[in-house]
Amino acid sequence: MPRTEIRVGGLGGQGVILCGSIIGKAAAIHGGKHATMIQAFGPEARGSACSAQVIVSDETIGYPYVKNPDILVLMSPDAYKLFAPTLKPGGLVLYESELVHPDKNLPAGAKAVGIPATRFAEELGRRLVLNIVMVGFFAGTTGLLSYEAVQKAVLDSVPKGTEDLNARALKKGFEFGRETASARR
Amino acid sequence: MKADPKGVLTGIHFIDGDHAACEGALAAGCRFIAGYPITPSTEVVERFAQRIPHIGGIFIQMEDEIASSIAIQGAMWAGKKVMTVTSGPGLSLMMEHIGLAAIAEVPCVFVDVQRGGPSTGLPTLPAQADMMQVKWGSHGDYEIIALCPNSPQECFDLMIKAFNLAETFRVPVFFMMDEVVGHMTERVVIPEASKIEITERRWSKKKPGEYKPYEAGPDMVPDLVKAGDGHRIHITGLTHDERGYPVLNPAAQKKLVERLLDKIRLRKDELVDVRQDGVDGAEVVVVSFGITSRVAQAAVEEARRKGVKVGHLRLVIAWPFPAALIAELSKSVKAFVVPELNMGQMVLEVERAVLGRARVVSIPHPGGTVHEPGAILDKIMEASGKAAPAPQGAAR
Repeated sequence: MPRTEIRVGGLGGQGVILCGSIIGKAAAIHGGKHATMIQAFGPEARGSACSAQVIVSDETIGYPYVKNPDILVLMSPDAYKLFAPTLKPGGLVLYESELVHPDKNLPAGAKAVGIPATRFAEELGRRLVLNIVMVGFFAGTTGLLSYEAVQKAVLDSVPKGTEDLNARALKKGFEFGRETASARR
Repeated sequence: MKADPKGVLTGIHFIDGDHAACEGALAAGCRFIAGYPITPSTEVVERFAQRIPHIGGIFIQMEDEIASSIAIQGAMWAGKKVMTVTSGPGLSLMMEHIGLAAIAEVPCVFVDVQRGGPSTGLPTLPAQADMMQVKWGSHGDYEIIALCPNSPQECFDLMIKAFNLAETFRVPVFFMMDEVVGHMTERVVIPEASKIEITERRWSKKKPGEYKPYEAGPDMVPDLVKAGDGHRIHITGLTHDERGYPVLNPAAQKKLVERLLDKIRLRKDELVDVRQDGVDGAEVVVVSFGITSRVAQAAVEEARRKGVKVGHLRLVIAWPFPAALIAELSKSVKAFVVPELNMGQMVLEVERAVLGRARVVSIPHPGGTVHEPGAILDKIMEASGKAAPAPQGAAR
């Protein structure tokens, strides 16, 4: 697999960094690949813009920043506005469909696929796990990482006692992603 | 001696450079940090403060960096392995006590997670602009050692080396990270404690009455005792004799200062640590360190695809500078290309070693982000003679 660049964007409090970290961890620890993550570091707090840059590659990673991502994972309208124009032509946007409303401003050949992750998370019992639903959706739609790798990364990243809830959130997002991916084919 | 398993978090982790540096220090036996947390180094001490009560040791958040840099020295005399953690603005405040650590020969580690300067500069963004400050920042003549990790894994591995070198040479050792290396998350493999080699303190075997705190053997480094264990010790920032008492005359000054320099200068071959890639037979050699070495590697590989014989020499230990190695290379290399996140610091050392035998091309950068690999590639192509010189930009 060549170098795949991913940008995860949303609001502080949505678990944006953890979402990026789990994708990186699944690749680097459980997926036998190289991965780096850099967080957009500023005076971020709950409710303000927040993003993570993740690179997954079969080879060692030199330049660690993501400028023109292959994949965007977006959980807020502001993140869409900021990052959609940076997407590589032919790239993929994965978005929270009740918060983000894609317009026509995507580069040529780009695809956008949505998931109501917040609603799914609420139905599972806690809105907080929307980021894990997004991780599952990422794995299901892209096929970049195996379900097993992502599941292991989720389970050793979340607080003790929340494993079951998070595992269900992951599964929900993954299955929705698989269905979406096959419907697109 | 092997690492104490209590401080070793064996396993495979996905952590950033700051956290990995903390784990390296714990594995190396560091049991005391005094610090005044500052971005982008805060996570190092944040983790240490969480971990150390379970391992056995102390973290003190001091009133400022001046106090931090002297508290660690007190803890060293009480027998601990010690470190402090800061960024440029804090490092500037520590300069007085770095001089004391040099003259009193205190083994200790200073972590500098470099950010843009001068002054408070760019708190959350990278630079490599403290390289000359750590070498020359305190007054007087002295030598230090400085290491430059380029990944979270090296933040762990090289931190152990930093502590070991501090004990071997009894000098302050500088751990020159930058914001990107500090905040970048990658896989970090921490081995079992039994696989980690630790240099024990040079404990003196002499009895009280026989021991002199600054009496050095053939390796020019005196042995240590723990304050309060019965030996008579005296520690001062003044020029001193073997007993540690002030002696303020030219002969004592010559004897002490020459030993402080020679214990590093005469053994600098032991302290060469570089990573060489394709340097033999190269017409252009890129010299880099820290995060810039990763960006430069992308440019080096691209230049090779374009047919340039380009090597890459990465400084793992930047101080003492491997001048003899660069001088030897300069006899066969057409040009050296030196990218760094400052306006031209380590390039001065390259020029000094090359002595005009080859071209030296600086690629300065004021910091705030890293170089574009393309900017490094252009200079490599130009230096190799395969591309027309680009119009000159700022500075050099």
